[in-house]
Amino acid sequence: MRLNVNRKTVTVNAHPLTRLLDVLREECGLTGTKEGCGEGECGACTVLIDGDPVNSCLVPVAQVQGARITTIEGLGGTHPLQRAFVEHGGAQCGICTPGMIMAAAALGPRPSLDEIRIGLAGNLCRCTGYSAIYRSVQRAGKR
Amino acid sequence: DIRYNFDRDGFTIVDYRDIPGRNVVALIDEDQPSLAATRVRHVAEPILLLAHSDRTRLAAAEIAITCKETQPNFDPERSDVSFKSIAIDKGQLDRGMAGADVIVEGEYRTGHQEQLYIEPNGVVAVPEDGGVTLFGSLQCPYFVHRALTVLLGLPPEKVRVVQTETGGGFGGKEEYPSMIAGHAALVAMKSGRPARLIYDRVEDMLATTKRHPAIVRHRTGVKKDGRLAAMDIDVVLDGGAYATLSAVVLSRGMIHASGPYRCDHIRARGRAAMTNTPPNGAFRGFGAPQTQFAIEAHMDVIADRLGIDPLRLRERNALRPGDTTATGQTVGRDCSALQVLREASRRTAFSKKRRTLSGSNRGIGLSLFFHGSGFTGGGEVKLASKASLALTERGVQIRVGSTEIGQGTRTMHAQIVAETLGIPYDDVCVSVADTASVPDSGPTVASRTCMIVGRLLQRCAEDMRARLGRLTPAAYWKKHGGFVVTRQYEKPPGLEWDDETYRGDAYGSYGWACDVVEVEVDPVTYQATPVAFTTVHEIGRAIHPILATGQIEGGSSQGLGYALLEEVVMRDGKMANAQLTNYIIPTTLDTPPMTVEILENPYSHGPFGAKGVGEMPIDGPAPAVVNALRHAGYVVSEIPATPEKIMSAALKRPR
Repeated sequence: MRLNVNRKTVTVNAHPLTRLLDVLREECGLTGTKEGCGEGECGACTVLIDGDPVNSCLVPVAQVQGARITTIEGLGGTHPLQRAFVEHGGAQCGICTPGMIMAAAALGPRPSLDEIRIGLAGNLCRCTGYSAIYRSVQRAGKR
Repeated sequence: DIRYNFDRDGFTIVDYRDIPGRNVVALIDEDQPSLAATRVRHVAEPILLLAHSDRTRLAAAEIAITCKETQPNFDPERSDVSFKSIAIDKGQLDRGMAGADVIVEGEYRTGHQEQLYIEPNGVVAVPEDGGVTLFGSLQCPYFVHRALTVLLGLPPEKVRVVQTETGGGFGGKEEYPSMIAGHAALVAMKSGRPARLIYDRVEDMLATTKRHPAIVRHRTGVKKDGRLAAMDIDVVLDGGAYATLSAVVLSRGMIHASGPYRCDHIRARGRAAMTNTPPNGAFRGFGAPQTQFAIEAHMDVIADRLGIDPLRLRERNALRPGDTTATGQTVGRDCSALQVLREASRRTAFSKKRRTLSGSNRGIGLSLFFHGSGFTGGGEVKLASKASLALTERGVQIRVGSTEIGQGTRTMHAQIVAETLGIPYDDVCVSVADTASVPDSGPTVASRTCMIVGRLLQRCAEDMRARLGRLTPAAYWKKHGGFVVTRQYEKPPGLEWDDETYRGDAYGSYGWACDVVEVEVDPVTYQATPVAFTTVHEIGRAIHPILATGQIEGGSSQGLGYALLEEVVMRDGKMANAQLTNYIIPTTLDTPPMTVEILENPYSHGPFGAKGVGEMPIDGPAPAVVNALRHAGYVVSEIPATPEKIMSAALKRPR
């Protein structure tokens, strides 16, 4: 099967019902996408599919053939959100951070606080209490 | 009776007979087997290990194990086995009670709480040269190191433990990694191949340690003017099936049980009882959230009974410098109970708000609390932790066994070293927490990583600075080559503790904090929502204010979850809601806007005056929430305060 991951075409050899999460981590070597619960509750495995945030643990890989998949690696490390999460304490242990940033990236450039709270409601963070994440997303928008 | 209903070809199967050393998970009491031999005490007790290179075959393997069942006990109060009992006596209880005008009684209960780090427990064991190297998501590499040497019967140099980037801990990766590290190591040693063992979320929630449920009873003698005359406190912790860390959890809980208050006559009794649930263990706060929930909820009951404002009651009784705690420790100038209380009430206009909200669906409550930094009692002396600094070709390297689990260990340690050496922050690097290359700095627990280990590093940096003279590290390296300085914990002068009588200086220092929370109750669903949260924390010195604020916000959020949402449902000794779908932790929408203020009242033996900060934030939210509910007309004395409990409080209300 051919996938479009981070603007590159990759060929994977997986059962069509394999979770996208496992294909990304184990076949593509993109371990930035994390597994926290495996049932779509924690959002640690959030990736963008055609620009929309999706829990990759709930997606059989067959469903994303031909779609644009963006993982945290696709942001390149210098995305304003990534910088802002470092500078403003948006990441503590870091396990939720890739998913959190992907969900935040889908919010557009200058989301309001309410838009951030609602947009990130599917991403659990156990470290920060979310406040530093809001600050990070807001500051990233101001760059 | 064990039956293998599958083709065992290609499988590695390990049971207790494969253990080369002693069949224990070595910790305090060595009562917990790594693999059960003849009996299991709880539903999640490991019996067999199965490994295969093909995950599909592993998942399809079926084993039937038949056990003879005896009557389990899930009620800690009915348990006749105690892992630990503690008695604290100050003054004479009877005399104090005799001098009281009113006696107020109360019973308070707290439930289990799951740490719920987003990354589950997981390790990889690699067999090497007759020994093993273990990589894992863990807090305490030397705990795992010791557990493996005991289990495998290997000399220390044959076991190496390396912490990998760890996706949250909160105490949940303090002792449990020793269990699964042992399992992965046994498989690796038997198969001669690397073994990976990563719990999925359900396994993690079913099997790993949780916060101890507690039942706390107070009988308090008070004067009409609100002064505490005598406190009689009884604590029962549900330890679960094995001792784990229950003894020390109880210890911290007992020492914090009378709250940050002055009282001349205190009798406190506590025990950690065995039951047949999976063992409970370390969780941020370590006993103090349970007992301070009780005393802080009880203070509002006392205030109501006396008709005194809860703020005034706390002002009257808050510890001042020169006062003594329950264990007879004289608190010094770094005691800030009154300051945090006054600052929090001023910032929130607490008394005014309390009047204006009266009679509405909203209530406002506060809690005043403290938290001892570092190991309890003589713990730090016993640990005798070490830290090293090395001058290397690449700059100055920190070598400590302390782990980064999201709280900012690396950043904060590097800041302390850079500042003391007078060199740029970027010239300091931090070694991986690898037992082959770092000394044992003690576990990364107990709010000790900054105050204790940070102080050791500051001392190392002072030594290194003296040796460098006027040279920069790079210039010294060129001229003389590298060197390593190591410092070991030294007890600050005057600190005394007697473990027999539970008298003396329980901690080197305490942080002090006050939470104010506003809660709105939906009169139809009885769902309580925290709508505003303010906290004032006095932590000595915030080495990195952004990270320290993050600890306070994050711990407070966990505390709000503990107060309102996080309910572990136990059915026949087994967690019935072991998944994120129905064990609810706070999301963005459950967490109110938070106002955090940090006060700094330095501790003379902390690095740059710093005390601990990691645990304290989780002590305060639950009682503040329950006090706010009480103000709104719902008397709840058990957490989590779920809609069911709030509804039943509403039904009991006089109409």
